[in-house]
Amino acid sequence: MTRPASNNHTKREALLRAFPYTLPIMAGFLFLGITYGIYMRSLGHPAAYPVLMSVTVFAGSMEFVAGELLLGAFRPVHIFLITLMVNTRHIFYGISMLERYRGAGKKRFYLIFGMCDESFSINCTARVPDGIDRGWFWFFVTLLNQLYWITGATLGSLFGSLIRVSTEGLDFVMTALFVVIFTDNWIREKDHTSSLLGLAIPAAALILLGADRFMIPSMAAIIVVLLARYGKEERSAET
Amino acid sequence: MTALQQVIAIAIIAAATMLTRFLPFIIYPEGRPVPGRVHYLGKMLPAAAFGLLVVYCLRNIRLTAGTHGIPEAVGIGVTALLHVWKKNMLLSIAGGTILYMVLVQTVF
Repeated sequence: MTRPASNNHTKREALLRAFPYTLPIMAGFLFLGITYGIYMRSLGHPAAYPVLMSVTVFAGSMEFVAGELLLGAFRPVHIFLITLMVNTRHIFYGISMLERYRGAGKKRFYLIFGMCDESFSINCTARVPDGIDRGWFWFFVTLLNQLYWITGATLGSLFGSLIRVSTEGLDFVMTALFVVIFTDNWIREKDHTSSLLGLAIPAAALILLGADRFMIPSMAAIIVVLLARYGKEERSAET
Repeated sequence: MTALQQVIAIAIIAAATMLTRFLPFIIYPEGRPVPGRVHYLGKMLPAAAFGLLVVYCLRNIRLTAGTHGIPEAVGIGVTALLHVWKKNMLLSIAGGTILYMVLVQTVF
């Protein structure tokens, strides 16, 4: 699947093809990254923290949560468990990319390390053009996205207080990205069961359990329903 | 927390985040066959994950207060329709986002 050639030409072509896919994320991450940098400074953290976390953690919502956590008592197990809960959705991405990221060589470690919501969504759905190395394409999508986030967080933490442009509502760009990816996938898929489950179960759980508690029960329910469906298909295939 | 404790806490957060990203790859390393049900989940989960992400983005909207989620509903509707119509990712995202910004900055 992956071509052995890893020369500069292959990489440049992959970078050029990957870049347009990352444009909406550039807008979203620069904006949200700046917001994050400003937020961290407003809590009294040194400018180095948002930068350090964008490099090592690179998980937007968790980095915001961390801002508060770092102000509390030092409870390592608590911090570990909170992080697992906030980031459980990554397990979905790992299962989805499990077979795809095989054969990407050593690059796969970075592909998995940098698998945020946006990089997963792009790499899972983008049709990599013929003649372009898929591994390098995914690599540059992931890398560019992280660079946007680091740049935003750094700018926000250093110069956030100087910004005076009205950017209210710009964060909607991330919602719009996921709506487009959902819609695009909807148009292409024959069976909408999974799409519908992915909307209906979390929506119901959000109403019943509230914004802080709905994610993990939703994911568990989606897995249970899909596995039950798999079992049924298996049985009907046997008979 | 002291500065040292904060840096350790950041390391813990990074490690736990990586655990959530690497877990499936640790359980099924290269060369180890992926069982049928996991393969099936890998095929079916992306669509569910995209829906989940849309709901996740909307989790803090209150339907009974503020703008009642109207700007979000309009923004999402226009983004999706633009995409069904033109199938151009950048156009759909830019169109929906700019409309949303206009709505929250001037109308609501």
